[in-house]
Amino acid sequence: MRFVDEYRDDRIARALLEDIGRIVTRPWTLMEVCGGQTHTLIRQGIDELLPAQVELVHGPGCPVCVTPLALIDEAIQVAKCPDAILCSFGDMLRVPGSSEDLFMARAAGGDVRVVYSPLDALEVARRNPDKTVVFFAVGFETTAPANAMAVKQARQLGIDNFALLVAHVLVPPAIMAILVSPGNRVQGFLAPGHVCAIEGWRDYEPIARDFGVPIVVTGFEPVDLLEGIRMAVAQLEEGRADVENQYVRAVVRDGNAAARAVVAEVFEPCDRAWRGIGVIPNSGLRLREAYRAHDAELRFPHEGTPASESEVCIAGEVLRGRRKPHECPAFSTLCTPESPLGAPMVSSEGACAAYFLAGRRREEVSA
Amino acid sequence: MCLGVPGKVIDVYDEDGIRMGVVDFGGITRKACLAYAPEVDLGSWVVIHVGFAISVVDEEEARRSYELLAEMGNLEDIDLPQSPEGVRAEDYRPAPRRAGERDR
Amino acid sequence: MSGAAGERATDFVLRCPVPLPPGATVLLGHGSGGKLTQGLIRDVFVPILADAGSELARLGDAAVVEAGGQRLAFTTDAFVVTPAFFPGSNIGELAVNGTVNDLAMMGATPLFLSAALILEEGLPLEDLGLVVTAMARACERAGVALVTGDTKVVERGSADGLFVITSGVGLVPEGVQIGPERARPGDRILVSGPVASHGVAVMSRRAGIGFEGALASDTQPLTDLVRAMMAAGDVRVLRDATRGGLASVLNELAEASGVSMLADEAAIPVLPPVRAACEMLGLDPLYVANEGVCVAIVAADDAEAALAAARATPAGSDAALVGEVVEGPPRVGLRTGLGTTRPLIMLAGDQLPRIC
Repeated sequence: MRFVDEYRDDRIARALLEDIGRIVTRPWTLMEVCGGQTHTLIRQGIDELLPAQVELVHGPGCPVCVTPLALIDEAIQVAKCPDAILCSFGDMLRVPGSSEDLFMARAAGGDVRVVYSPLDALEVARRNPDKTVVFFAVGFETTAPANAMAVKQARQLGIDNFALLVAHVLVPPAIMAILVSPGNRVQGFLAPGHVCAIEGWRDYEPIARDFGVPIVVTGFEPVDLLEGIRMAVAQLEEGRADVENQYVRAVVRDGNAAARAVVAEVFEPCDRAWRGIGVIPNSGLRLREAYRAHDAELRFPHEGTPASESEVCIAGEVLRGRRKPHECPAFSTLCTPESPLGAPMVSSEGACAAYFLAGRRREEVSA
Repeated sequence: MCLGVPGKVIDVYDEDGIRMGVVDFGGITRKACLAYAPEVDLGSWVVIHVGFAISVVDEEEARRSYELLAEMGNLEDIDLPQSPEGVRAEDYRPAPRRAGERDR
Repeated sequence: MSGAAGERATDFVLRCPVPLPPGATVLLGHGSGGKLTQGLIRDVFVPILADAGSELARLGDAAVVEAGGQRLAFTTDAFVVTPAFFPGSNIGELAVNGTVNDLAMMGATPLFLSAALILEEGLPLEDLGLVVTAMARACERAGVALVTGDTKVVERGSADGLFVITSGVGLVPEGVQIGPERARPGDRILVSGPVASHGVAVMSRRAGIGFEGALASDTQPLTDLVRAMMAAGDVRVLRDATRGGLASVLNELAEASGVSMLADEAAIPVLPPVRAACEMLGLDPLYVANEGVCVAIVAADDAEAALAAARATPAGSDAALVGEVVEGPPRVGLRTGLGTTRPLIMLAGDQLPRIC
């Protein structure tokens, strides 16, 4: 596959690893934000191949992991309504809610359908006019334009039986929350390439400047990640703190204006609770007044209160890069992908699942 | 977050007032919304995420930066994967659906 | 629970020797070929139906039993694929080839098949005709005779169109000893063709996924391929890589033989459009279902010859040697191009397409 395979070239990857080894002179801690980047790094064992001085901690860039428990419960509640069809991306199906997950809701007779695109969900609404079709709108800034278009089209075409259960989250507030938290060790970031394809990187410039951290917009293949790490390490070694772009084939500074325009028309920022982390102000999106008729939470009011999370689960610490999955007491014992205590173990993008699937062992860590 | 896959646009059409396309990912094709890539046309490369083109691939930038990487890796010649030659725009026809295939 | 059904359920619980968690239900994952399936077989079926040392407990693709001085291979398989028609084939052809291959995986010559059809009320007769015609053609191609059958009709909503169950019987030639427990350290691992083609072809027709292109199921009889490899050398294990994919099969075989296995990621063949489809959906091709692909574990000295023999047959033209069996506890490792090795574990249930 063009623009993919060549960024998996082992010879280039090895050369980049050597180069990083050559330029690094002291320990640095970097965070890759996106779950997709975590996935590649762990699967390919890149984090173990890097020189010991370069430590990678994993960020909260897994929308499946950070979707609040209350919204999962709401999705399950909708799925169980006989007059509703819940459409969702595949990876949401096994995320544990308070007492079950969407997979179990389907086994119990709920109409839950996996779709690839929000436009497919809109099509389901068109074909099932007697039901309300709810699309579980999870994702970062990358996915918001697609969901916005689905709602806009619903309005345009008069498809009134289509609603969104909005769970969107935004990256820059999360990065800021990590940088201001006491005990933060992150000194540089690999910014999520596809979020930046939409947003550009202007929003990161004040962050880099004010916090003195280099930020490199990075892609998702092994060569992309190693090149991004190399650029970040070079900046750190040289005492710079700029925003740079590794993912030049897909990202420009101003991002995608057409996409952002439709998002701004349909959504507005709001406070959002991140599962495991807590409320981060202005870190989410909700439907604007003009589009509220398509808000699933208004059509299917919440019933019940979410259960409290497992006391053993340290998802919040993992998502903020404070602890590694294999440092968790429950890792691979009480908590596995088959019986997850928290979301990062069940999403294939979650750091805990990535470590588990890569066979990382439990590690005792002194405080 | 953000499984985005590059593909080549081999058909462009209008559906319900929005610009759609058919994108070839190296032998398989799927329709995608091109509303967020208004400048693309047949032959353009785009990055597709959940059925939408979110970005246009800058082929020139890609080539330039890849040449530097290839040099670093001591690659004698850059062995770039072939563009999907299999499906040409003028040959593209949607596969006939079987009658009675259920929407499930 | 009250009523006749409730009584039956209580009877079962009282008499069943296996402690089943109350209220537990069957999940889709139990049919995925991964850990849940294994658990159901190991914890429910085998203890109730058989003894530890029995042929059933051996869990081969087919049972090898003796009768009248001959060794027979005997197998059964149920086909519930949705949609019933997908690029390259339909459920009928699958049902014949699947059972033929289960027999071939024990080194047997497949001879006779039975077919039971469960039809949903409302199924167009034209569709039924197409499925049965496909079955007839597949039998001819595989050199087997369909000699008996049964038909049932269930109410609308109970069968997703149609289900096909085939059983098959074949003869195991004198001296042939092929079984899942026979892999030894030093043996080489061969894959007969590109993986993930079938699962991706089926998925492409599911509503909501919808991609098109050069995708087709790989369903085909593997009898000739197996015969050619067996003639070339010591083939010790055969298993067709159906649901759960190549990764699940390697894990099952490692478990059955009590060995470790190492495979090279780069050596495993995948057709370019299939790879592209997996990229788009975020699927790992190693866990996607196949139909006309098998794993053969071959004595090291015969590996190259077996490979050449496989490649000389139509079904094995893309065969590849992908790894080796080594000493160690039952587990499978995958070597990446960068030189790291990661475990190829058994998944619990089905892989789901991801967005991220």
